[in-house]
Amino acid sequence: MRYGRSSEVLKDVAFTLAPGSFHFLTGASGAGKSSLLKLIYLAHRPSRGRIELFGHDVESASRNDLPFLRRRVGVVFQEFRLLDHLSAFDNVALPLRIAGMKPDEYRDDVAELLTWVGLGQRLWAMPPTLSGGEKQRLAIARAVVNRPDLLLADEPTGNVDHEMALRILRLFVELNRLGTTVLIASHDQDLVRRSGMPVLHLYDGKLTRHSGEARAEPRAAPRPAPRDETPQADEQAQFDLGDESEFGDDFGEDEA
Amino acid sequence: MSVATEDPMARWKPAPLLPRDEEREFSLHFVVAVLCFLACLAAVAAIGADRAASGWARDIRGEATVQVRPKLGETGSTAAARAAEALAGVKGVTEAAALEKEKAEALLKPWLGDAVLDDLPIPHLVTVRLDPKAPATAADLHRALSAAGIDGDVDDHARWLRDVERAAGLVRWIAFGVFVVVAAAAGAVVAFATRAGMAAQKDVVEVLHLSGARDEFIARVFQTRFGRLAFEAGAVGALAAIAVALILKLLGGQDGFTPALPLSWWDVTAVSPCPLIAATVAALAARLTTLRLLRGWE
Ligand SMILES: Nc1ncnc2c1ncn2[C@@H]1O[C@H](COP(=O)(O)OP(=O)(O)O)[C@@H](O)[C@H]1O
Ligand SMILES: [Mg+2]
Repeated sequence: MRYGRSSEVLKDVAFTLAPGSFHFLTGASGAGKSSLLKLIYLAHRPSRGRIELFGHDVESASRNDLPFLRRRVGVVFQEFRLLDHLSAFDNVALPLRIAGMKPDEYRDDVAELLTWVGLGQRLWAMPPTLSGGEKQRLAIARAVVNRPDLLLADEPTGNVDHEMALRILRLFVELNRLGTTVLIASHDQDLVRRSGMPVLHLYDGKLTRHSGEARAEPRAAPRPAPRDETPQADEQAQFDLGDESEFGDDFGEDEA
Repeated sequence: MSVATEDPMARWKPAPLLPRDEEREFSLHFVVAVLCFLACLAAVAAIGADRAASGWARDIRGEATVQVRPKLGETGSTAAARAAEALAGVKGVTEAAALEKEKAEALLKPWLGDAVLDDLPIPHLVTVRLDPKAPATAADLHRALSAAGIDGDVDDHARWLRDVERAAGLVRWIAFGVFVVVAAAAGAVVAFATRAGMAAQKDVVEVLHLSGARDEFIARVFQTRFGRLAFEAGAVGALAAIAVALILKLLGGQDGFTPALPLSWWDVTAVSPCPLIAATVAALAARLTTLRLLRGWE
């Protein structure tokens, strides 16, 4: 893909995310991590190549179908993109409102989820009054409240200290355990190594894959909140993973 | 004393998705209110004019004039008196009276002056009052005159009537035109404000969009905001127009503002649909603008 008339940011990228997998997306600043995520959450269209999302070819999907695909993808934006005029509670409720749910159906879930990410005391706080770590967790809560099949996070530990980064990583691992496919863009090498998860590395517009080597803290190591406190714990089966979460970005061909 | 602890969760209602933008909204409020005020005044004026016109038309329709040509050896007054007698018996005529010479002269004096009046053959006229429910036609009157052996011309004022009716129709069309122009202006203003609002709230719109909101959902957000605003502004404009109309009526005394613009107390309620119409126009404009802009996004 490219922006305007500039040279191509991504040119040789082909990969598939298996349902329920956990990957890091690494690469130097400016390598195109955010751009790749934008392609997946359908904020951009590729200038060439093919993207398949949950078994649907994105290019041929009708405009009316795209919102429903987007609802299955939770996104933690690099700059959070919280709505500053809405409380933490309203921010998290947003995707559910968009999905057409009634307040009575999600009121308790939203409160529980906010408690799960450690914001139980800040339900009615406005985003501008939150700290960087709190905003980050609020953004994560909003991204997962609709139980997406795929969770994308862009530098979710970029603005927080090491302690908070580990807490956030634990949240993602827990979500992944509940069935969500996770892809995290990060240049925090230490965090990536610690997680031991497989890595997709971007360099010069090309993507290479490295299998994760289990190191100091393997997958099971982070001890998240007890399961029965998590809102999704008893509803794992509801994650619909029947169809493949699949991306076949093939930018290797000549430009059309 | 025990105070029940209030649970904010129980009271929680989804907050409006668009932040308030007091400054922009105030100007928009003002402009829409002014437009509604003008539209309402036009409506009230049109009603008054229509009422005046139909009053005149009723008067004209209720009258006819017959000009009698006396036969040889008969004075004009006798001929006129005979004609009046014949015409009074016609069905659809309530009253027929010969116009006295003095009266006819009085009618002509302002136009011709004293000097020429004596030399002038004054036409011999019979004024006929017609039954407004079933007026006799000119042909009926003619037939009655011929039967009585009187020579004369019947003028049922049809030409005047046509003129008045044409004028009333024109007033109606002008009022309608003013309404359409004002509504279009209101729509354009709201479309403009929607575009500005969407630009100002691009962050919000993008987040909604990326969170899987359909265009319809986003359009509804703007449509509701601007529809509600226009409803309020429409009410303000309509109330202002009512106030002006009532002042005119009170100043004009019991018979309404003037005979030219008679208004009844009830006429002012004609502006009551204004808030709803304003809300509809604004909501439609906001909706179409939002949908068009969103479609241009990809
Ligand atoms: N909206 C944009 N318009 C033009 N160029 C952009 C835009 N966003 C990113 N780029 C360019 O694309 C390249 C990749 O950026 P990005 O995907 O943000 O990289 P990363 O997230 O890995 O730091 C950079 O050279 C950047 O300047
Ligand atoms: Mg980036």
